Parts: sequence; C-alpha cells; structure tokens
Amino acid sequence: MTPPATPPAVLAADRVGFAYRGAAPALADVSVSVVPGRSLALVGESGAGKTTLLRLLLGLTRPSTGRVLFDGRELATRDRSLMREFRRGVQPVFQDPYSSLDPRQRVGRIVAEPLRSLGLPASSGAAGPAPRGGKAAVAERVGAALRAVGLPEEAAGRYPHEFSGGQRQRIAIARAIVCEPRVLLADEPVSALDVSTRVRIVDLLAELRDTYGLTVVMVSHDLAVVAALCRHTAVLEHGRIVEQGDTASVLGSPAHSYTRRLVGSVPRLPRL
Amino acid sequence: MSLLEVTGLRVAAADGRELVRDVSFAVDAGERLGLIGESGSGKSLTALAIMGLLPAGMTVAGGVVLDVPGLGRTEVAGLAEQRLNALRGRAATVVFQEPLTALDPLMRVGRQLAEPLRRRRGLRGAALRAAVRAALTEVRLAEPDRIAKAFPHQISGGQRQRVAIAMALACEPALLIADEPTTALDVTVQADVLALLDALVREKGMALLFISHDLAVVSAVTDRVVVLKDGVAVESGAVADIVRAPAHPYTRSLVASARELDSALDLAP
Repeated sequence: MTPPATPPAVLAADRVGFAYRGAAPALADVSVSVVPGRSLALVGESGAGKTTLLRLLLGLTRPSTGRVLFDGRELATRDRSLMREFRRGVQPVFQDPYSSLDPRQRVGRIVAEPLRSLGLPASSGAAGPAPRGGKAAVAERVGAALRAVGLPEEAAGRYPHEFSGGQRQRIAIARAIVCEPRVLLADEPVSALDVSTRVRIVDLLAELRDTYGLTVVMVSHDLAVVAALCRHTAVLEHGRIVEQGDTASVLGSPAHSYTRRLVGSVPRLPRL
Repeated sequence: MSLLEVTGLRVAAADGRELVRDVSFAVDAGERLGLIGESGSGKSLTALAIMGLLPAGMTVAGGVVLDVPGLGRTEVAGLAEQRLNALRGRAATVVFQEPLTALDPLMRVGRQLAEPLRRRRGLRGAALRAAVRAALTEVRLAEPDRIAKAFPHQISGGQRQRVAIAMALACEPALLIADEPTTALDVTVQADVLALLDALVREKGMALLFISHDLAVVSAVTDRVVVLKDGVAVESGAVADIVRAPAHPYTRSLVASARELDSALDLAP
C-alpha cells in the first residue's frame, strides 16, 4: 500500500482518520512511518491533531479509518501476544512530569512498572523467571535505567516530590526505557521545563537515541527542540499533514505556506 | 522621578522563606523593561507586589513607588485595599499568562470589558456599547460584535488574550505589566499578540514591564532587562548587551541554553 523507499517501518500510520464523537474529523488521511534510527517529529499548533495521532500510534485509541501498523502488522487490541510485543517495543513519555508520576510510589516502583506489567525480565538473563532472582534482576534493570538517564541508583528509594521538574522527566524517561523499547513516543517532553533543563533533557534524549539505537517520535510545538533532535518532520494543520520530509529541508526551506508561517513566527535571539 | 521605582523589594512566604530578595529597578514613563527568569525566580511575585496583589500571608518589605501624573506619588506596600483599587487600572495594570483564568467564564466578553470602561470613563448605554466595540477593534479582533456576545470558552486562546489586553487598556494605564502574556499561546498567535502589544504600547506611550522566561521573546519586545534568579536580581542592562556578553555566570548559562536551542534552527537544507 505504502511503498516508500526507506527501510521497513517499526510503526506506521497508514492513511488514518479519526473523529471524536459528534465533532469534525481531528485527523484525515494521515500517513507517517517510524523508521528505525530516524527520529520523527510531529509538529503543529493546538488543535492540529498531534496528540490524537500520538494516541493512535500508542494504541490508546483506534483510528476511525485507516490502520496503525506495528512491524507491518495491524494493531488489534484482541491480539494479546501482538499487543504485548507492541507495549514492550513502544513506550510513552508524557509532557508533565508532575502529573505523570504517581506521588505515592517510590521511584524504583514507578520505573519498574513496565517490567511488572510485561512480566519481565524473562528473556534478558540466562536464568528462568524465578521469583527471587526476578526481583534482583528487576532492581538491576531499574538501576541501569536510572543510570542511563543520569540519576543515581539511590533515587529508586525516594519519592517523586523529592525531585525537580527536570529530574522527574528523567524518571519518566527511565520508566519508558527500562524494558528496552525500540521506539519512544514523547508528547511535548520538554515544554513544561525551564530552558536550561530543556536543553539537558534534549541532550539526554539525543544520547539515548545514539547509544541505545532508540527511535524517538516526538510531538512538539517547539521547532527549536524538533530541529535539535529529530531528523524527519511531519507538519500537521487541521488534522492533515501539509508537509513532511527531512527536518533540515522542511524547517530550513519550507514548501507549504503554513510551515513557512510557523517557522517565521518563532522568536529568535538577536544575532551575535 | 521614575514612573515605577522598586527599591530593595523583599517578599517572604508565610513560613519566613525569602522568595524575592533585595530587588531594585525603575521604569520611566513610556519605557520598556523586561524581567527574565526561570520558574521560582520571583518574577511573578515582583509583579504581584507592584500591584499590591500578593497572596495573603506573604509579607513584603522595601519600596514600591508609583508616580503617575495626576495621581501623585504613592507607596504601594502597606497601602489599604481601597487606595490600591484607586491606583489599579489607572497607574498600572496586568495581563496574565492564562486569559482563561483572567476572564469570568460565566460572563459574556462584552460585559466584562464594559465594566472597566464604565468605571473609568463613566459611560452608559449606547456610548458604552460603542466603547466596547472600539476597544475590541483596537486589539485587532476582526468581529467585535460576535466576540462581545461570546462567552470566554467560545473564543480561541489568542482571542481571549486580546480581550484581556483590551480590558487592561480600558483603564488607560500609565504602566502595563505583562506576565508571560504569550506563553500559553501557539507560536503564530504569539507572534501576532507580541506585535499587537508592541504597537499598542508605542501608540499610547505606555510604560511596559514585560515578564518572561523566554529570552528571545523578551529581546523582541523590550530594550532593557533585569535577570532574576532565586529571587535575586543577578544582572541588568540593555538586552542586546546581555545577550551578546552576559556577565553573571547564571546569565551566561541561561544565554548559552537559549543560544543552543536557537542555533538548532539555523538550518541549511
């Protein structure tokens, strides 16, 4: 159906459409491909359908028309083994680290949650999933995830309120990468953060992308963050993709009038 | 004598923690000053202290003096609510970040806007309706009659912020305080609202105190800035100088971060 001249997509929206009950379509005829190693940005303004598209790609909402494909297979919530594979391969990071972390759970338990719900680790060690050994293995993977996001392992014993906004977003990222997913779907992952923290989280995502071969899909209205992190950009306006391609050409020499207006509106620092 | 003089301003929380420490700056009539800082830097508390709007329990020390022609020289700190009300609107007024919380959700936009116009200019009936229409037109709202009849939730975020600006201007203030006025808006809407603020401040000869976390936005609107960190003013000067050659280590890291993201947009296809 969609034969682009790129490696096979891990995750793809194939001509998806979606309408909330009684409303005009939020998305119409949208196709995007998440190709391994090619980070993707979905940009646009409020109401453009970015978050709806992300929800479809996360399998949280079913498209009204079209298909969402994971490794070429259509997502079907009834296919439990496919959904398990999907959940393991595709993990989310949300915008607000103040509301996305359960304040009553210790960080270690929060970060381990995907392992618990996926019944991991079962395959990573040579030993079988013995309960005792499993517990140690979980702690080990939680520790590794925390180290990967630049937090000390001791963070596992503390509660979210003991951390700053940037550290909380690191915890949310640790939770997302603990099951070693292939794709990270991040919804405005840095918009709630101060500019210096924002830069550090962008650097962290770039580092995870490079060291773990993680493919980052990011929804953002912040074109600077997109330009810093993503190689491919799709621009959404009123539920349709008006332009997509290499970030450098889409944002550097936009072809569509809406993209031009978007790029032209970004406030810039005075030149040196 | 400046329009606004803030001298050694201190704001403390109910538990005694100092949230703003010894901040001083002045704004002359018709001048534009930016207050820049990250979350917790005390920039919004400084604005609230100037308006006498600090939350109950917070204590303020130091001087905030508004000197408006026709209103005389007034020390804001410790002023009774009644005297403050006479000052608010005419001497200084605020446009906040989130217009949805600044507007009454149960009142039509036209009626909300009519209130300051009625108070300030004593207008009634047809003259008041005409003034509401003119105020909405002034903030470049294309369909003033439709907007006047709408409730806040029925118009877009950008339109709401324009209404909030119209309400602020209705009192003909000498000083407009804009506290992150475009942070909640989309980038294209932000560009329009910034251009609008810029034009209105110039046309009316108002002074502007512009509060933001965004260095690029501040540098587009103001000439001078004060950089706040943890309640302390660490550096102040011309925007152009501070962006080019920041002196304080904090300002340096702030500028470097902003520069790093900004330069990502220098794309060559």
